[in-house]
Amino acid sequence: MTINLKVWKQKNAKTSGNLETYKVDHVSPDMSFLEMFDVLNEKLVQENKEPIAFDHDCREGICGMCSMYINGQPHGPLEGVTTCQLHMRTFNDGDTIVVEPWRSKAFPVIKDLVVDRSAFDRIIASGGFVSVNTGNAQDANNLAIGKDKADMAFAAAACIGCGACVAACKNASAMLFVSAKVSQLALLPQGQPERESRALNMVAQMDAEGFGACTNTGACAAECPKEISLDNIARLNREFLGASISSTSV
Amino acid sequence: MATIKLDAKVPEGPIGEKWTKYKSSVPLVNPANKRSLEIIVVGTGLAGSSAAASLAEMGYKVKTFCFQDSPRRAHSIAAQGGINAAKNYQNDGDSTYRLFYDTIKGGDYRAREGNVHRLAEVSANIIDQCVAQGVPFARDYGGMLRNRSFGGTQVQRTFYAAGQTGQQLLLGAYSALERQIGKGSVVNYSRHEMLDVVKIDGKARGIIARNLITGELERHFGHAVLLCTGGYGNVFYLSTNAMGSNVTAAWKAHKQGALFANPCFTQIHPTCIPVSGDHQSKLTLMSESLRNDGRIWVPKQKDDKRAANDIPEEERDYYLERRYPAFGNLVPRDIASRAAKERCDAGYGVGATKMAVYLDFKSNLINKYGRAEATKLGIENPDLDTLIRLGKEVVKEEYGNLFDMYKQITGEDPYEVPMMIYPAVHYTMGGVWVDYNLMTTVPGLYCLGEANFSDHGANRLGASALMQGLSDGYFVIPYTIGAYLSAEIKTKAIPTDHEAFVEAEKSTRERIEKLINIKGKQSPESFHKRLGKIMWEKCGMARSEKGLKEAIAEIQALKKEFWSDLRVLGDIDGFNPELDKAGRVADFIELGELMCVDALDRNESCGGHFREEYQEDGGEAMRDDENYMYVSAWEHKGESQWELHKEELKYENIKIAQRNYK
Repeated sequence: MTINLKVWKQKNAKTSGNLETYKVDHVSPDMSFLEMFDVLNEKLVQENKEPIAFDHDCREGICGMCSMYINGQPHGPLEGVTTCQLHMRTFNDGDTIVVEPWRSKAFPVIKDLVVDRSAFDRIIASGGFVSVNTGNAQDANNLAIGKDKADMAFAAAACIGCGACVAACKNASAMLFVSAKVSQLALLPQGQPERESRALNMVAQMDAEGFGACTNTGACAAECPKEISLDNIARLNREFLGASISSTSV
Repeated sequence: MATIKLDAKVPEGPIGEKWTKYKSSVPLVNPANKRSLEIIVVGTGLAGSSAAASLAEMGYKVKTFCFQDSPRRAHSIAAQGGINAAKNYQNDGDSTYRLFYDTIKGGDYRAREGNVHRLAEVSANIIDQCVAQGVPFARDYGGMLRNRSFGGTQVQRTFYAAGQTGQQLLLGAYSALERQIGKGSVVNYSRHEMLDVVKIDGKARGIIARNLITGELERHFGHAVLLCTGGYGNVFYLSTNAMGSNVTAAWKAHKQGALFANPCFTQIHPTCIPVSGDHQSKLTLMSESLRNDGRIWVPKQKDDKRAANDIPEEERDYYLERRYPAFGNLVPRDIASRAAKERCDAGYGVGATKMAVYLDFKSNLINKYGRAEATKLGIENPDLDTLIRLGKEVVKEEYGNLFDMYKQITGEDPYEVPMMIYPAVHYTMGGVWVDYNLMTTVPGLYCLGEANFSDHGANRLGASALMQGLSDGYFVIPYTIGAYLSAEIKTKAIPTDHEAFVEAEKSTRERIEKLINIKGKQSPESFHKRLGKIMWEKCGMARSEKGLKEAIAEIQALKKEFWSDLRVLGDIDGFNPELDKAGRVADFIELGELMCVDALDRNESCGGHFREEYQEDGGEAMRDDENYMYVSAWEHKGESQWELHKEELKYENIKIAQRNYK
């Protein structure tokens, strides 16, 4: 296959960028999208041109490092798949594909397709945990957790923190990311003692980072490579509202 | 330089009491002093995150470093199948001793008894800690935790969260770490790569790290430095490791005097998705847990062209069940991998390349799960379609994400046709030599998790890597570091304008400049691929004296070529993945040579190390306990020069035997 690419090139956070055009020949349908970039980058090196910078690591859909808009969709056209698990058999010979970095004020571009997602870390640091020091734990089976709750918590905990939800949202809201963590811990008995402060603090940090508001459009859940459900946002709203009313801090 | 004398410092006393006694006698550091002691943790996977969080909770001042954009992305995240713990929740006869025994035996009698027993002892605490953090392990309807089987054991002791156990455990440790970051007791440096260990008066006192965004070199002081930087499987280029996983931090430590132990002990995992072409950048594992329900087979007839589903039962060779009836499909990884290679080499392989075997779920899907569900629902005489439909639902719940991943990568649906699998490089048992305290041969420099060599001998059992990473971080280092730091309470933080820091930064800078100024023609990636090919062919699943000698010569030639024809584009003072990669490949080349030197020295076959000259008539590995029951610890003596130090292994609690899974 031959693929034509229009890729966002930007030297660093301070400069402005532009779309550049590339042509990649001999693309195998079995290649992953990122392996196609490897082939292109090797070609660029041979031509003495600087390769395109992009984030990637595990290449098996779990680390959350890869982050590209492919034809305007985070992680490309397939449902429930990260960019690294998208294979070229999804595309046709001669296609032109536009590739851009996440566009969000809270995710500034570092270079080309690489953005800074440390805002997500700061949101977790504000409350996305159970405060239990090492050595404090009781025997694991002293705490019975019904399978339904455990499964729901697991489904929420499957979030890989890639930022596709933010990228998909017209408001660049991080509600799906925040709600996944709040839900996981609100559903489990371990999360109860800090349930209210967690919802309040994580939402406050999300706002402070410059993410937009949620208007329940649902693009986030539609584009999420781990198919995190929109139900989590409903749960977060309930948690936040409940905490705002009952919290001693207001 | 004084000759190094290896002292494992394993406490005296009966095996079951060593750790308990150690804990109650190890010197402590009082809370006020902890606040003025600084610890650097490099790497934020299971070992690094758990260590950093636990040490910060205790009151130490901690700095963490990772090359990824967030601590949560360390490659522990990708571990699939599970984590072992001797809980005996299944009432099937498990115990600390059995886990200890299985691990030593699985490691083919090349691991240190004291460390492994401690690992088995703390395994249960890990599960407790993770559950307390909110890690959503699989549970039964009554709310209790579930277990499944893994290779090399006959009990069910593996805890799991679908096929994403590593992710859930790492997110637990990461959340504990972020909690400490939020409190200000840990300062984290993401997108930073450690490029040297700084030593002052023989002790590790800090690191040089490169800010991967700006390219700046930074100096960081620590009273102690912990390397939690993972394994070196990417020396083979193709492996199940993440693209960024590298040996650089461990290798810099090695060059600063830390001995490197058993580098040739690498694990080839039996069940990975086979290579599809030259473009391949990494290999994807299909969890060992699949061997609970998948049966491995090849056709009995050579070069059978029929589709898998068209080959009748009696014409299939379930070779693991045939050769190893006691353990069947659940033999340890090294044995399963070699058996797959043997069948493929003999011409029975399947798929386009003939370098694959089938992993088939159909019979368990129908007969085990389908029938059980049908009985549960009271369906009498269910037809095949019903059994498949019911069985599929159960299999989906157990392994859903793995089946989806397989389909995504290969374009085939494993619910309908058997998976095709082949062995691939997965884990490295070798690593930086450490004593019982997890300290390297450089005082104040520690090594945890996969990066050290200590617990898995010559072969790691499935679901034991997560156990070791978290054991080292949550429950071992918080105690053992006191043995060292209690004597450091009078050491004030050393300013980083000390000449040792200046000198280390200067030599790091010179090396980076050298890499970028070669201005040759070949990319770092192309050198990495060539190194990987040499390693896989000559230091991979089967090794020989002739092949290893050739490999050493080829690697030395590759190294010369690398340093004269490398092309690194981009800037030195900015974000430049090409430059990062070049530095890592340079270190991999040096390590590759040492791995071959080590494999050549070890004239026996054991665990993942299989020397063609040393095998029995049936092709089983031939160990030589008389001459090789030692840890090979290599001291760096200059370019392509190493001195071997031996740590003799003593087995006082386990009777040495030929490993038998038949």
